[in-house]
Amino acid sequence: MSTATADAVMDYDEAMGKFDPVMGLEVHVELHTATKMFCGCPTEFGAEPNSQVCPVCLGLPGALPVVNEKAVESAIRIGLALNCEIAEWCRFARKNYFYPDMPKNFQTSQYDEPIAFEGYLDVELEDGSTYRVEIERAHMEEDTGKSLHIGGATGRIHGADHSLVDYNRAGIPLIEIVTKPMVGAGERAPEVAKAYVSALRDLLRALDVSDVKMEQGSMRCDANVSLRPRVGAPLDEAQLAVPLGTRTETKNVNSLRSVERAVRYEISRHAAILDGGGSILQETRHWHEDTGITTSGRVKSDAEDYRYFPEPDLVPVAPTRETVEALRGTLPEPPGLRRKRLQSDWGYSDLEMRDVVNAGAVELIEETVAAGASAAAARKWWLGEPSRRANAEGQDIVSYAAGLGLTPAHIAELDGLVAAGRLNDSMARQVLDGVLAGEGTPTAVADARGLELVQDDGALEAAVDKVIDANPDVAAKIRDGKVTAAGALIGQVMKEMKGQADAGKARELILAKLQ
Amino acid sequence: MTDLPTDLTRATAADLADALASKTISSVEVTQAHLDRIAAVDGQVHSYLHVDTEGALAQAQAVDERRHSGESLGALAGVPIAVKDVMTTRGVPTTCGSRILEGWIPPYDATVVTKLREAGLPILGKTNMDEFAMGSSTEHSAYGPSHNPWDLDRIPGGSGGGSSSVLASFQAPLATGTDTGGSIRQPAAVTATVGTKPTYGGVSRYGLVALASSLDQAGPCGRTVLDTALLHAVMGGHDPMDSTSIDAPVPPVVEAARAADVRGMRIGVVKELGGEGYQPGVRARFDESVALLEELGAEVVEVSCPNFEYALAAYYLILPSEASSNLAKFDAMRYGLRVLPEGVDAPSAEQVMAATRDAGFGAEVKRRIILGTYALSSGYYDAYYGSAQKVRALIAQDFDAAYSTVDVLVSPTAPTTAFKLGDKLEDPMAMYLNDIATIPANLAGVPGMSIPSGLADEDGLPAGIQILAPAMKDERLYSVGAALEKALVDRWGGPILDRAPSLGGAAAAKGA
Ligand SMILES: [Zn+2]
Repeated sequence: MSTATADAVMDYDEAMGKFDPVMGLEVHVELHTATKMFCGCPTEFGAEPNSQVCPVCLGLPGALPVVNEKAVESAIRIGLALNCEIAEWCRFARKNYFYPDMPKNFQTSQYDEPIAFEGYLDVELEDGSTYRVEIERAHMEEDTGKSLHIGGATGRIHGADHSLVDYNRAGIPLIEIVTKPMVGAGERAPEVAKAYVSALRDLLRALDVSDVKMEQGSMRCDANVSLRPRVGAPLDEAQLAVPLGTRTETKNVNSLRSVERAVRYEISRHAAILDGGGSILQETRHWHEDTGITTSGRVKSDAEDYRYFPEPDLVPVAPTRETVEALRGTLPEPPGLRRKRLQSDWGYSDLEMRDVVNAGAVELIEETVAAGASAAAARKWWLGEPSRRANAEGQDIVSYAAGLGLTPAHIAELDGLVAAGRLNDSMARQVLDGVLAGEGTPTAVADARGLELVQDDGALEAAVDKVIDANPDVAAKIRDGKVTAAGALIGQVMKEMKGQADAGKARELILAKLQ
Repeated sequence: MTDLPTDLTRATAADLADALASKTISSVEVTQAHLDRIAAVDGQVHSYLHVDTEGALAQAQAVDERRHSGESLGALAGVPIAVKDVMTTRGVPTTCGSRILEGWIPPYDATVVTKLREAGLPILGKTNMDEFAMGSSTEHSAYGPSHNPWDLDRIPGGSGGGSSSVLASFQAPLATGTDTGGSIRQPAAVTATVGTKPTYGGVSRYGLVALASSLDQAGPCGRTVLDTALLHAVMGGHDPMDSTSIDAPVPPVVEAARAADVRGMRIGVVKELGGEGYQPGVRARFDESVALLEELGAEVVEVSCPNFEYALAAYYLILPSEASSNLAKFDAMRYGLRVLPEGVDAPSAEQVMAATRDAGFGAEVKRRIILGTYALSSGYYDAYYGSAQKVRALIAQDFDAAYSTVDVLVSPTAPTTAFKLGDKLEDPMAMYLNDIATIPANLAGVPGMSIPSGLADEDGLPAGIQILAPAMKDERLYSVGAALEKALVDRWGGPILDRAPSLGGAAAAKGA
């Protein structure tokens, strides 16, 4: 184990005064194809260990891989969405190294012939500016199995009594997306890193190629960080000309927040070492979510040799240009553009749109509007109680609502009941509570709970008369033109009606009688 | 119809198939006759690593029942076969001649084995081989060498010496083989049997424990060209489980073998294969065979393939490179041997892997893993693996150029007749040179066949002639092979294999 004491770190602002950070991000994405990369085994997450395996993904002697065409299509679509070139001809390659959770002791990957290369992704930062992340490559490979180390204090391989390996994950299709060195971000480097991973996640979700659940490992990020002396503003030519420093690769960065924190931490740690006259060791570091620090992993020397060579068990992948163009036609609208369009369609302010995006409710609102609700109502209902409860549960709104069976159609139905005058606002809130409690559709809940605005004008008129009679002084004020005083009477009318009246109508009646 | 010999093990597969089809004999009878023969002579020859008596008889019974129920069956239904131990067989041990797979029982059948089962060929057992098919003599088998029925002190060829000796000692009428650099053809040559390496991709590699993926090719072994063709037709064809499998019908090999016609064919004698280093008796039988082909109506010309001289060097870079990666999976984690390192209290996975691989792999396997690991290392890759791939392309060009002027190429299969067990064991280079004439076909992916050309004068041992054809023109091998076989049988007054010692039979077995 490395030393348990945390490394020295320099104050971030101080570090930024002295150094210019450069990052490189490698993101692994598990595709959610029905079957694995090279065999027909299912890919569902969370199955009984070693229940989704066969001779191919267990690497049994004699077994051979066959490429999952769906995975290749997904890889091409990802490449296109990242504005990459798509290879006319490329091969898989074997990456050779021994590890117990890798059945063949080589990973079938791609080496110098990636399926997609030379692209970019524009990401929007919090201040509304855009940072262009240059993409070096996106390549196809297979995932490894998963080791579980039993015994010992750390759950790590060192000190464990024994280890178990689950090969269900072995052979699941992965796309590795590698950026070029991200320069010029300056002090905003951690924000840029987070914004990139977030934008990438949105893009992959829109492409419908992956579950992109960082907490389940279907999207995993490794962050490379290096510092070079600060000689000017981040984008100054002189600054960009300074050679890159030695980098560290931080693994296991598995939430958006961690991406930002890990990059920030590594910048501060590098800065402390460099400022003290030390040098950075090229190594793998492990990120610890709980303590917010990284610790040393394995030292990575340049001599590490995976003995790559073209995979002789597979034929080259050679997508025709027609296929590539046909796949380009299936690309969704880029998330950034789509948001701008939706914001304008829905008439939201920048702040309102940001709240919706941050709540992860864009798709829900879109579906709710499609189901007939007004955009304002859709935002109001989704960002109200459901969003508050999802937050309290630590879940995202989409999975929370799905778990409770709350659908966009329900919200649209609720809005419809309000618009039709059957429910008022407070009744609608009660109905939503009922739907969230699993009592059925909004209409069913309203029926069951007897919630309905009284439509009988006679009853309302009688209540208004009664309240006017009981409050002659208030009535007099209104007659004298103090219209605001009507509020006090409306409240009493609603009370008379046990809440089941349309407040607007009550107001109209009161004013009509007293003016 | 030909009358069957009283001893069913002396019959050809084609004749057995006819007799089975006409219900003159049953598969159980034929299978039992071979099991008896195995019991009688395999103690001397050591062709089999595993005999599946029960399984073979059960399959024989099943095929007899299918036939009696009126089901229409494949051409070889009921004819028993021996399977090289490099092919996985569900429920039957598969070792590849290696300690590291000792005790491993595969949970699945190789595609070739599935095809054999579906075609109703009872599987007698698994045949011996050099460990992971690395060798030309079976001396690198972890379970001891097989012996050449022509002279038990000599090698039966390799790596498929188990299959060749099975055929030459009449312990099976048919066998499967795999050929990475000659492992079907060279054993056939030194035992006076027949073997074909089909076009690369012509027979599925799924379930063949890989030696060198880009070179390995499974193929049929028999005692006659027609038997071999019949088996070729069963084994071949597209397999969606093997990405490198060719999606096209099996070439018309059986028709070609039956027609046995070389009239009007242009046959090229490869200048580079047959000079220095070739035993005079091997050379003489080859020249006679070429003359016979000419008499049969073929036109014979000499062709030059100048890059063949680099084939051996390129092969011994590509093969170890691929093998070093293919054999990495044998790590004691999931199957096969597991050896704990001595004197280590709580060994790590890495230590167990190292100890197992040290104990489980033989010297030749280790030699090639080390060679391949080195050749693929960064800094050496271009010079070794990269250059070898360029040579490979040049060899393919040589073939293309040759086939633009001739229909097939011929050469001696191996430079010498069978050498004595132990003679070349300490000299890997001498062992490697056995495959000098067979390797170019593997590098280029083209099909090749070996048939007996006669017996060498100096030692009275069998020699073989190799026939090579363009990719996907496997039927040409059978046209030439069958025509020449017929002419040679006439010349020698019967099949050359009839001159092999009978190995005594039951009495000898009891003593072994
Ligand atoms: Zn599988």
